[in-house]
Amino acid sequence: MKKCLLVTRHKSLVTVFKMRFRNPEKRKNDFKEVSLGLTERQAVKEAGRCLQCKKPHCVAGCPVEIDIPKFISFVKEKDYLGGLRKIREFNMLPAICGRVCPQENQCQGQCILGKKKRPVSIGALERFVADYELTSEKTEIPEIIPPNGHKAAVIGSGPAGLTVAADLAKLGYDITVFEALHEPGGVLTYGIPEFRLPKKIIRKEIEFVKNLGVKIVLNWVVGRTQTVEELFKDGFKAMFIGVGAGSPKYLGIPGENLNNVYFASEFLTRVNLMKAHKFPVYDTPVKKARSVAVIGGGNVAMDSARTALRLGAEKVYIVYRRTEHELPSRHEEVENAKEEGIEFLFLSNPKEIIGDDKAYVKELRCDKMVLCEPDASGRRRPECSGEEFTLDVDQVIMAIGQTSNPILVRSIGGLNLWGEGYIKVDHDGRTNLKGIFAGGDITTGAATVISAMGAGKRAARAIDDYIMGRTVGAIHELPLQ
Amino acid sequence: MFKILHKKSLAPMVDEMVIDAPYVARHARAGNFVVLRLHEKGERIPLTIADSDYNNGTITLLFQKVGKTTNELGLTKQGDSIKDIAGPLGHPTPIKKYGHCVLVGGGIGTATLFPILKSLKDADNKTTVILGARTKELLVWEDRFRGYSDELVITTDDGSSGRKGLVTEALKEAIERVSVEIVITVGPIRMMKAVSELTKPYNVKTIVSLNPIMVEGTGMCGACRVNIGTKTRFACIDGPEFDGHEVNFQELENRLNFYKKEEEQSYNLFLRKTKRKVTSNETVM
Ligand SMILES: Cc1cc2nc3c(=O)[nH]c(=O)nc-3n(C[C@H](O)[C@H](O)[C@H](O)COP(=O)(O)OP(=O)(O)OC[C@H]3O[C@@H](n4cnc5c(N)ncnc54)[C@H](O)[C@@H]3O)c2cc1C
Ligand code: FES
Repeated sequence: MKKCLLVTRHKSLVTVFKMRFRNPEKRKNDFKEVSLGLTERQAVKEAGRCLQCKKPHCVAGCPVEIDIPKFISFVKEKDYLGGLRKIREFNMLPAICGRVCPQENQCQGQCILGKKKRPVSIGALERFVADYELTSEKTEIPEIIPPNGHKAAVIGSGPAGLTVAADLAKLGYDITVFEALHEPGGVLTYGIPEFRLPKKIIRKEIEFVKNLGVKIVLNWVVGRTQTVEELFKDGFKAMFIGVGAGSPKYLGIPGENLNNVYFASEFLTRVNLMKAHKFPVYDTPVKKARSVAVIGGGNVAMDSARTALRLGAEKVYIVYRRTEHELPSRHEEVENAKEEGIEFLFLSNPKEIIGDDKAYVKELRCDKMVLCEPDASGRRRPECSGEEFTLDVDQVIMAIGQTSNPILVRSIGGLNLWGEGYIKVDHDGRTNLKGIFAGGDITTGAATVISAMGAGKRAARAIDDYIMGRTVGAIHELPLQ
Repeated sequence: MFKILHKKSLAPMVDEMVIDAPYVARHARAGNFVVLRLHEKGERIPLTIADSDYNNGTITLLFQKVGKTTNELGLTKQGDSIKDIAGPLGHPTPIKKYGHCVLVGGGIGTATLFPILKSLKDADNKTTVILGARTKELLVWEDRFRGYSDELVITTDDGSSGRKGLVTEALKEAIERVSVEIVITVGPIRMMKAVSELTKPYNVKTIVSLNPIMVEGTGMCGACRVNIGTKTRFACIDGPEFDGHEVNFQELENRLNFYKKEEEQSYNLFLRKTKRKVTSNETVM
């Protein structure tokens, strides 16, 4: 007999530095940014805590290997723009990463101070220097790079695509980014809400990339508006595919197509990209509900729940089938959500959405779960306890994951894929087709901003090697010499 | 920005416009659509590419003024621009030599049928076209259709043009008279449903083109999901054409009505702003 546990231990959150946050009672009624970041004094003091390790573990924990001790030493000396310049050698989007990276699993998770006490708040410092530039209006103008005469195309303007574009532009390439939507930024623009990542921050960081000479073409659905072969014919020597994984997954339970059941992707796109919270000033509507159940436990679920709350819901539940300990979301967002009054129902697995006679959501039926002893892989699987319960809700938002964006991938013949339509690449983003590279969520499945950027950095180097004739530019092929 | 090169009114609430969109025109196939956003505050709406001209780099869109966005589109003039157009989207209609094809169109749905008819004709098919409307003046592009159909049947509810009655009656006669390989129908949901129900016992393959609410139109949001043979499919990337015998029309209709209240609110606000009075033949969706 397997032994099952009903209670689990709480994740310690002492790893999060108490930044300044807006009052939950106020902030839950608007879309303004929740976290206020560090004051200058706090930042300098925090920077002073850094031990300046000789072999810094934090750098090893950073997917783009920012020289963290170095940038922090600039902050300590109050040379904030110097710190920013240092970060930008590695990362083009610091104001964004400072806000949305899961630092607790990356740089901060590795910080030696964290073993005994609180780690250095690296993310908050990163955000501080980036915001310093935004508020001081002392924008760093990148050097004009002499063009090298080669054209490369980037498909998708999410973090992966923007990183490739910036890195190649810095080497002198003539870069065009093609984006299917009417605004650039990928998930940063259509997925992550304003109260967590203000649009003006994204615009500013994209402006920086454009100042490097990168052209961004909108409303351009590659595979439809133009095919990859046509792009090659137009003189692009290489192609980077960063089209993301935005296509929603469904649970496959009865009632999923009832009115007022949203996929998180649609719900968030309506609000973030189309500004539905400002309806009817903006034309796109979104349904406001009284009582909302959000299914899932990742960032997408937290964002959906907190958006529903801001649209005016009286009650918002997060329904998650495992325990708090397994929540994949950033810790900070879980804390923020709780403070705002979101109710977490752990070990709860939805089994049916029940509608009224007009096919509108009326109730959500769930199984109560228990977590079993870890299996061979060390993961504890939830199992039905036999008990069930019903939630009185008039809206359900499904945030249980996304899969590959299919249009482009389906349009390229012979491209090797894995899983649910993800592109197979080697470490540096080479696909099996010559001159076609890929990275970010379309190669890994839904992941993080910074991992998409890390993939972008490696792919940029591989594209440069390929165009300069140092490698063949397809998977598993050896360098030419 | 996409420039409107020509614009004219076809019927009381139906406009036609020709837009400069060379890359869309280059790849447009019968059955494709575009997603369009009129301005910064606009919504994204799908419109079928009713015709395209490869050489001139233009696409033709037909739209019925039913709500705020389409009425606002109706106010644009030749020379104005549309902020965003993305496409061509959706699977093209599978075109091949079927034999005898019957195309059934109702209302603005006829716009979708025209490029399909052209392509079927080019592929050497025999074509019967049945176009239905409430009354004579709501019929659009009758002359264009005549040029490509072996047989053109017009039906109106009031008998003001062609036969008095419904498209289904004419379709039934056609199916019983000749051996029909495929029926393609585009129009109001109730019409497509009636057509699909009619053809089922005859075992005639029936394709319907669905028009659920869409947001971005590239398979990323799931707003356009429809139930096909108990499977959930996304109309923007898996469709918009599906086997009519498998579609859950009731669910589609429910979902289409979901934003009715907001649509009315938005439309009324628009009327107040533009100080237009609702005339008798204007209806809010
Ligand atoms: C709501 C939400 C919250 C999140 N929160 C966090 C967080 O806090 N921290 C974190 O690290 N990660 C977070 N993530 C995950 C993170 O955003 C993604 O991992 C990351 O954006 C992936 O980047 P990408 O460049 O691979 O793709 P995307 O950001 O998905 O960008 C892909 C772009 O390609 C475009 N595109 C698609 N098809 C085509 C085509 N055929 N032609 C042209 N363009 C095309 C798309 O329109 C899109 O703009 C979140 C995700 C979501 C949805
Ligand atoms: S419109 Fe968004 S998935 Fe079809």
